[in-house]
Amino acid sequence: MKEMIGKASTKVKNTVERGAVKKFAEAIGDLNPIYFDEEVGKQSRFGANIAPPTFARVFDYGAIEGLNLPNKGLIHGEQIYHYERPLLVGEDVYCYSKVSDYYEKAGAMGNMGFIVLENNGEDQDGSTIFTSKSIVILTEAYRKVQQV
Amino acid sequence: MTKIAELYVGDTLSDIELDPVSRIDLIKYAGASGDFNPIHTIDEEAKKAGLPGIIAHGMWTMGNLAKLFTPFYEEGFIQEYAIRFRGMVFLNDVVTLKAELKQRDEDVLKFDVLAINQDEKPVLKGQVVYKLA
Repeated sequence: MKEMIGKASTKVKNTVERGAVKKFAEAIGDLNPIYFDEEVGKQSRFGANIAPPTFARVFDYGAIEGLNLPNKGLIHGEQIYHYERPLLVGEDVYCYSKVSDYYEKAGAMGNMGFIVLENNGEDQDGSTIFTSKSIVILTEAYRKVQQV
Repeated sequence: MTKIAELYVGDTLSDIELDPVSRIDLIKYAGASGDFNPIHTIDEEAKKAGLPGIIAHGMWTMGNLAKLFTPFYEEGFIQEYAIRFRGMVFLNDVVTLKAELKQRDEDVLKFDVLAINQDEKPVLKGQVVYKLA
């Protein structure tokens, strides 16, 4: 697993889709018109509708070659977002994923592995809109089954 | 409503108590987020994974928690949002969302944020850095 550190996916073009933002806002019970009312968006300081901060999890970040971790049994330990500005409805975002660290620690669930995955988004000029980090825990049982 | 810029260190935002978690909440979130891990929606799959029943997506609770700050969108935005997932949220749990201003450096407000269940047990803990525009 350690050899995956530094590996990244190729950037994938995503669009902050109007309908997807509204559905997402509904799903987290955050129905503020700033997310979907066009007039409110236009009048706001952003000049457009925005997306909730955790909306970034919807994007396609591309696959990292050689990193194959089935969802089943993974534990999401920590999640960190950093925004330069909010995501704007309708804009294109170029997203990629990167393994920024991997380490192992003995703990309550045996010899556990910790992967730090970065999921980042840029505008079309390559300027960062947001960066994010997920710390994902691989329990000893998971590592045995998946042989990682 | 008080402006976020007018808060003092130690002040809190108004708590939000969510409705009891329902299966449809989690099915909706699965669809909206694209996270179809079945431990969040299908009982048998949760049991196979050693859980007593389905659990909410950690990101569902994290998504909910951020809405404490949405009413202030005209003053700035969430620049940083860092969460540790501390406990599981089960069906019918009643989650309460909280934020307290811990530190202020001019236009940067640092909050501790917290989601607790009906037994006052933290399920999510972290920080929000709110940047005034």
